[in-house]
This record gives sequence, structure tokens and C-alpha cells, in this order.
Amino acid sequence: MPQVTLTVNGTKHTVEVEARTLLVETLREQLRLTGTHVGCDTSQCGACVVHMGGDSVKSCTILSVQCDGSEITTIEGLAAADGTLHPMQEAFREYHALQCGFCTPGMVMSAIDLVNKHPDGMSEKEIREGLEGNLCRCTGYHNIVKAIAAAQDVMHGRVPELVRAAAE
Amino acid sequence: MNVVTPFEGIGASLRRKEDFRFLMGRGQYVDDINRPGQTHAVMLRSPHAHATIDRIDTVAAKAMPGVKAIFVGEDMAAEQIGGIPCGWQIHNKDGSPMAEPMHPALALGKVRHVGDPVAVVIAETKSQARDAAEAIVVDYTPLPAVSGTEAALQPGAPQVHDGAPGNLCYDWHIGDKAAQEAAFARAARVVKFETTNNRLVPNAMEPRAAIGDFDSFSGDYTLYTTSQNPHVIRLLMGAFVLHIPESKLRVVAPDVGGGFGSKIYHYAEEAIVTWAAGKVKRPIKWTCERSESFMSDAHGRDHVSTAELALDAEGKILGLKVHTLANMGAYLSTFAPCVPTYLYATLLSGVYATPVIYAEVKAVFTNTVPVDAYRGAGRPEATYLLERLMDVAAAEAGLDKVDFRRRNFILPDQFPYQTPVALQYDSGDYHSTLEACLETAGWAGFEARRAESKTRGRLRGIGISTYVEACGIAPSAVVGSLGARAGLYEVGTIRVHPTGSVTVLTGAHSHGQGHETTFAQLIADKLGVPTANVDIVHGDTAKVPFGMGTYGSRSLAVGGSAMDKAMDKIIAKGKRIAAHLMEASVEDVEFERGTFRVAGTDKTKTLTDISLAAYVPHNYPIDEIEPGLEETAFYDPKNFTYPGGCHICEVEIDPETGRTEVLNFTAVDDVGRVINPMIVEGQVQGGVAQGIGQALLEAAIYDASGQLVSGSFMDYTMPRAGDLPDVGVATHVTLCTHNPLGVKGCGEVGAIGSPPAVMNAVVDALRDYGVRHVEMPATPQKIWGIVNAHRLAAE
Repeated sequence: MPQVTLTVNGTKHTVEVEARTLLVETLREQLRLTGTHVGCDTSQCGACVVHMGGDSVKSCTILSVQCDGSEITTIEGLAAADGTLHPMQEAFREYHALQCGFCTPGMVMSAIDLVNKHPDGMSEKEIREGLEGNLCRCTGYHNIVKAIAAAQDVMHGRVPELVRAAAE
Repeated sequence: MNVVTPFEGIGASLRRKEDFRFLMGRGQYVDDINRPGQTHAVMLRSPHAHATIDRIDTVAAKAMPGVKAIFVGEDMAAEQIGGIPCGWQIHNKDGSPMAEPMHPALALGKVRHVGDPVAVVIAETKSQARDAAEAIVVDYTPLPAVSGTEAALQPGAPQVHDGAPGNLCYDWHIGDKAAQEAAFARAARVVKFETTNNRLVPNAMEPRAAIGDFDSFSGDYTLYTTSQNPHVIRLLMGAFVLHIPESKLRVVAPDVGGGFGSKIYHYAEEAIVTWAAGKVKRPIKWTCERSESFMSDAHGRDHVSTAELALDAEGKILGLKVHTLANMGAYLSTFAPCVPTYLYATLLSGVYATPVIYAEVKAVFTNTVPVDAYRGAGRPEATYLLERLMDVAAAEAGLDKVDFRRRNFILPDQFPYQTPVALQYDSGDYHSTLEACLETAGWAGFEARRAESKTRGRLRGIGISTYVEACGIAPSAVVGSLGARAGLYEVGTIRVHPTGSVTVLTGAHSHGQGHETTFAQLIADKLGVPTANVDIVHGDTAKVPFGMGTYGSRSLAVGGSAMDKAMDKIIAKGKRIAAHLMEASVEDVEFERGTFRVAGTDKTKTLTDISLAAYVPHNYPIDEIEPGLEETAFYDPKNFTYPGGCHICEVEIDPETGRTEVLNFTAVDDVGRVINPMIVEGQVQGGVAQGIGQALLEAAIYDASGQLVSGSFMDYTMPRAGDLPDVGVATHVTLCTHNPLGVKGCGEVGAIGSPPAVMNAVVDALRDYGVRHVEMPATPQKIWGIVNAHRLAAE
């Protein structure tokens, strides 16, 4: 069986995979990083989004052998070692942008890439369009959009800390 | 130290306790669990809607690498494994019971819908199981199939079950037919309206999964499953299917990624992996793929209805007559029969003082996936029918649609209000939610906005829906008399530990609702324990005494009330202990938020003083009071709760593409007392999104041969962020009068109130075209067709 070497959340792993093994299967079943989820089989829902070399990819739609030598970041690798949340994670919590939590890892990973790729910031309409590849069945997206809008200001250094949600 | 600062009790928008694990990828969903020695199961499913199984050849498949076992229906039948049971029995008009055909976990001799499981393959890896499933040879003889709701009752239609002649499951009615006919005879106007409530696929983002585990030493079975109600699964599967006593069967529903009703039911795969784990003596994991979910998760809605509304000359409603056909699919899912009857027809009075109602419902079998409750369950179908009918009737009678509603509202001083279809509404204030919603949505300024849209070549419409629904299903004795085969109470245990922290055991189950936060707020509010010191335990039959689970917006109204009752017992016992410690009479001890006080003195004891004394009973009236501080309460509701409100939707249609854009959506709901406003808003927004999805995008479509055409996320239009607007949510509270918290429920109001608001807006946008009605979903293709037909006719 082919052998691939991946650096996942800063740790190097060498694993044997089948030629047909998907990246998400390697992450979940071989590395036991179960934060990355599988919500569909047609590359539509985005629950499996991780970062590969800094870009968001749907890990259900890429073979593990294609990832040999790459740097992967999953949801488990976002928060600081002391537990401090990434601004996007913090914004999702503050703005109640998650309910069941199943789409959340992919949603957060997509959102971070979306913000990184738009250094001048996005309007709420642009955020909605940017989330085209991620499905959420719980929230109606309203609070996800608010969370991303708030997080982008922190990530781009426009505000020193997250603007709190209106609800008290 | 138990000090609640800042305020975390009832009314605080506390950020959720459960979020950290979900945000950091540390949730524990079923597919995240791996048992030592675990094997993997794949279901081989029927590609035919209806066929006999002539032969299943598993010889080659069994010889493939990694295969541990393959089982078919006959293997389970040989061990007297029971059929998947139905939890609700409806009786026909003549008093006879409904047709209730056997539902084998694995098909026996015949398949009845695409996706019906035929065999299970168990192998060391999922890939090996999948490969082997492909190597099984099944000889089918395809039979004619019936998929349409109306088609099922046609003479000569293919028969789904031998035991259900004419595909009729039941022919049921409610209300007073003679009174209805008399009311219609003196009506100034009768408005008739026909509609189909589109079939939907719930599509929780987490696909279903199940792990069966068997301990050969103890004989104990464990099932990990994506369930909204683990105790009910234990009851149904243990007692009716596998014949395992409750003491030998543990069901765990850990983190569950959304349910919306689809994870209430006992599914065949749960029984299959549990039973098979005992055969292969290894844990077995099965995880559904999304395309498999489409053809095996229970679907929702699928009604075909005719309604007639009788009005007097002043536009007052005299009576309502409804005839509905409801599709049950190929087998009866757990609660399927009660959805189009006691959850639908009983709601047909809506928010209106309709003096007489008569409704007939026929349920039919078809060669499709079973249909059961989906977010709202019967109440969205009733609300849609009624609120579209109100708009159609207002238009035909030449009445303003808002004024027509106002004129017929049940008035605040009429509560409790007995409807002619069994329900008694305890409280509500429909005028206030209406007026607040009209104001917020800018109803008065709409015509100016419509004119502005017209200058851009767009068609703008506004739609309103005023609704009531019924939550917290109960009381047990009443639902039992109506056919429920279970009680519908809830159980709560409050365990105050020696140093004052609290563990709550609840039979309700959280799969996105935020119970770990909301329930902790109840404890903080009443016992004064900070939420950080309150842990909510749910979803495990080995930990929680009993429970009926979460559906029908019942968790807070029923489960929260059980906790409240258990807290009352804690306080009562605490007062006796405090009286002893403070050398006072128990009648003189008061309790408020964590402090016991001798009335009129400064003598106090904290809850922690009391819990410590209860567990370290050195100075303790041991002959009179048992040590320990833990209480359990079963709460059986006295009535349903009745949330209601008003939704207003504003849309703009592009006539060139037929696309409908939702510009604004405003919801003003009365969900009773609000514990956590942030969570309530989120629940309403999510429900509205599903309602907009039903109205504009979603449809489970079967072709005439019974193939599911919209069977993946490529084909079934799930609402995406760009399809939806911001959803403005406000609440106007009237308290529930019969539960201790005054709460009504907020999980379904969004999905119930919104579809007619959207569709009334779509029809309003097309008003210049003389359009009376548009069926859901109002896809661009459908709207473009209407616009184009109008243009052609005008040319």
C-alpha cells in the first residue's frame, strides 16, 4: 500500500493508505482527528473542510495520496495550546453561530480561508455568497454571517478585540 | 462558592456551555466513537421501488477479504426477530384499527421502496464491507409501483401490502359533520382551495449512524445511535424487535448533529447492528452515506388537501371543511399515523374562532420511504393550508387580508379557548403579535416599496401568516386514549453534590437546542448555583433513569418542568435540614436562590451548608430525614402548550429568471417565558430557514416508477446562505398557564409560521397576473413559467 507523509496541525505523520483512501478517512480513522466531519457524498456540504497549505479543501474530495508532503490544518489545530480560541471560533461562540455543531468545523475552516482571501473585508452579502460550499441545517446562517463579519475585523487587525453581539 | 454573578438565570442570553467542544473539534458524535475490535457494516439496499426477492446469493461475497458475516431477512426471521413497531395506532371512522403491516428490519421476500435494506455485510473495514456488498447477487422480479399520494387510492393501483386493501392505512375523521353542513348551508360564501404540501427530506447534517456492541460475558448489549430519544429506542427495540430486557440493553445517544424529527424513530439499522453484534461477538459500526440517508431517513409532509371555508356576509368564519390524503410511505414509521391526525387536524382552527370544523384524513401506503414527523409535524401542514386559504378567501370576498384575520381572531378574553377539534388553548394574544409584526415589518409602507421595485422591473410581494401551534405533547392519559403506545411525561433528576455543585439527569435530548446551557440556567435561577457548577447529563439510558426524549418542542415545557418539580423536592428537603441546623420550625424557613433563611431573622444557611450536612450527617435528624440530597420527578403535562405569533415575509421576483428573493423576514412569536433569548432567536431563525426552504427550494420527488429523483445534495435543493435573508425575531410573551415555568416551546414555530408567509408573498408579487395560487416549492422554473404564460396570453 502507498505510504504518505502529512504534517497535520504541526505534527508529522507517515501512514499507509489505499490508493482510494480519502484525506478525510485518513484524518478521522487513521489519525483519530474526528473533528473533521463527513456530511455528504457529493462534495456539497463542506462539513469536511480543512486547510491544505493554507487553502481550504474539501477533505472528502481529495485522495490521501495527493496530499503527500503537505501541511494540513484541521479544526483541532486552530486554538492556541493554552486553549485560547481563534478569533473565528470565538466569534462563532459569541454570535451563537452553531447549534448542533456538526457543520461547525467545516464552516469555521471555510470562513477563515474566506476572510484570509479578502483582506479588504467582505459585506454580509459577500459572506453569504462565499459560504456557497457549506451547508448548515440548524442556524439559517443568520448568526454565522454575523460571526464572520465580526471575526474578519479582528483577523484584519481593524479592531483590537471581538465586537460583542447585541444580545445581552 | 455558589454565587451567581453576573446574572445567569431565566432571561439571560448566556453564551452556550457546549460550544467549546464543538468549536474545537472535540464533539463526540456516533461516528467519532470507535470500540475495541470494531467491525463495519454496510447495508445492501433495494434499487427497485417494488419487487419480489427471488434469490440472494452471498457465496462469493462471503469469501471476500475481511468479511465476517452477511445476514439477510430470513436469518433474522429464523430467530423470531420482530418487525419494526409503530408507536401510534389510529382508528378508522368505523372504530376498526388502522392497517398495520409487518415491517421487517431486513426485507423478507419483497422490497417496497428504493432503499429498503436487503442484506447487511459485516467486515473488518468499511471498504471491504462495501466491496462485498457489491458482490452480492440479488435476483429481483420488479413489480408495478405506486409513489404518488393520490395515485395510491386509484382503482387498480399497485398494492403495497396484502394486508392493506386499496393501499389504505386508515380513514379517519374529527369534528361534527352535521354541524359543518348546517353552517355551510347558511353561508354567504364558500371558498374552496386545493393544495399539495410538498414532501421534504429532513437532512440533518449528521448522517445517521449506529454502533452495536455485545459483551458475551455479561450478556449486555449497547447501542450507540444518532437518536433524539434513547430510552424510547431501548423500549421499542428491546421489547418489540430483539426481545432484550431493558436491564441488558443500554442505548447511548451522544452528541447528535441535528434531528428535526428524523432521529426520533426506531430505524431498522439500529436493530440490525445490535442483533448482529451478538452474532459476530464484535462491535459493529454502521454510518449512513448521504445518498443512503435520502432513501432511508423518514421524510416529512406529503399531504394533498382540499379545504372549504364558509363565511357570512360580514366576513366572519362560519365553518371549515377539510379533506386530506397523507402519504405514509411503504411502512409505518414510529409516529407516522399521528402526524396527519392528532398533530394536524386538531390544529385546523388556527388562531380563529371557527365555530365548526369537520376534517377527514385518509392515510395511504406507497412505494416510497416512510414519512413521519419533520420539524413541526402536521402543524406546518395545517398552518399552510389555513393561512393560504385565509388569503384566498380574503381576496375572493374583497376583504383586506389583515383585517379579515383580525376580524376572526380568538380574543384575549376568550382563553381558555375550546376549539371544535379537541384542543383547548390556554393562552395567547394574537392581536399583539400581529400588530408588533406589522409595525416591525413596515407593512404600511409596502406599496411604496412595491412601486420602487416595479421601476426596476421587479415584482415585489408581501405575505402574512398568523398562527398557533401545539407543543409539549401530552397528557399521557389523553394521548393514550388517542392511540399513543407510550406515555409522554418527562423525567428529571437533580443531584446536589456534598459541596454544592449539581448534576442534572434529564430524559430530554439535545441535538443542537443548547440544553446544557438553558437547563443550567433553570438551576441557576432557582437554586442559585452558578451554571459553571451545573452539569447536564442526557442521552444515556445507563445514566438517566428514564425519559421520552426531544421532539415537538417539548424539552423545556415537559423536561424543564420535571426539573422544576425535582428542584421543589430538593428545596422541601433542604428546608427540613435547614430547620434542624438553625433550630427553627420548618414552616419558618424560606428559600431563595441558594439561601435558606429563618423568616424575619438574619439566620441563614446556604445550599452548600445543607448539602454538606446531608452527605456528612453528623449533626442531622437521621431518624426523620434520609441522608443525601438527590431528587427525581416525573412530570406529566396537563395540556399541550400553544405558541403562536405572526410572520411577515417580503419577496422580490425577477420576472426574467423567475427567481424569488426573500428581502425581509420578520417573526414575532409568543413562545411563553423565554429562558435564553439568544438561543430562542437562533431556534426561530433556523426554523424559518427550513420554512423558506420548503416554500421556495425543497422537494423530494419520486417518478411514477418509484425512483427518488431528488436523491442527493446535487438534486435536492438545500437552502444555502445566499438563498436566505436576515431573519428578524422578536417575542411577545403570554405565559403558559399550566406548567410551572410558563414556557411554551420555540423549536418549531419558525418552520410552522413561515411557509404560508412566504407563499402569500409570492402570490401577492404575482397579483397583477391574476394568480390565485402557486404550489410549493416556488422554484424559478415554476415562477418563470407563470410569468411567461401570462406574457404569451397578453400578446
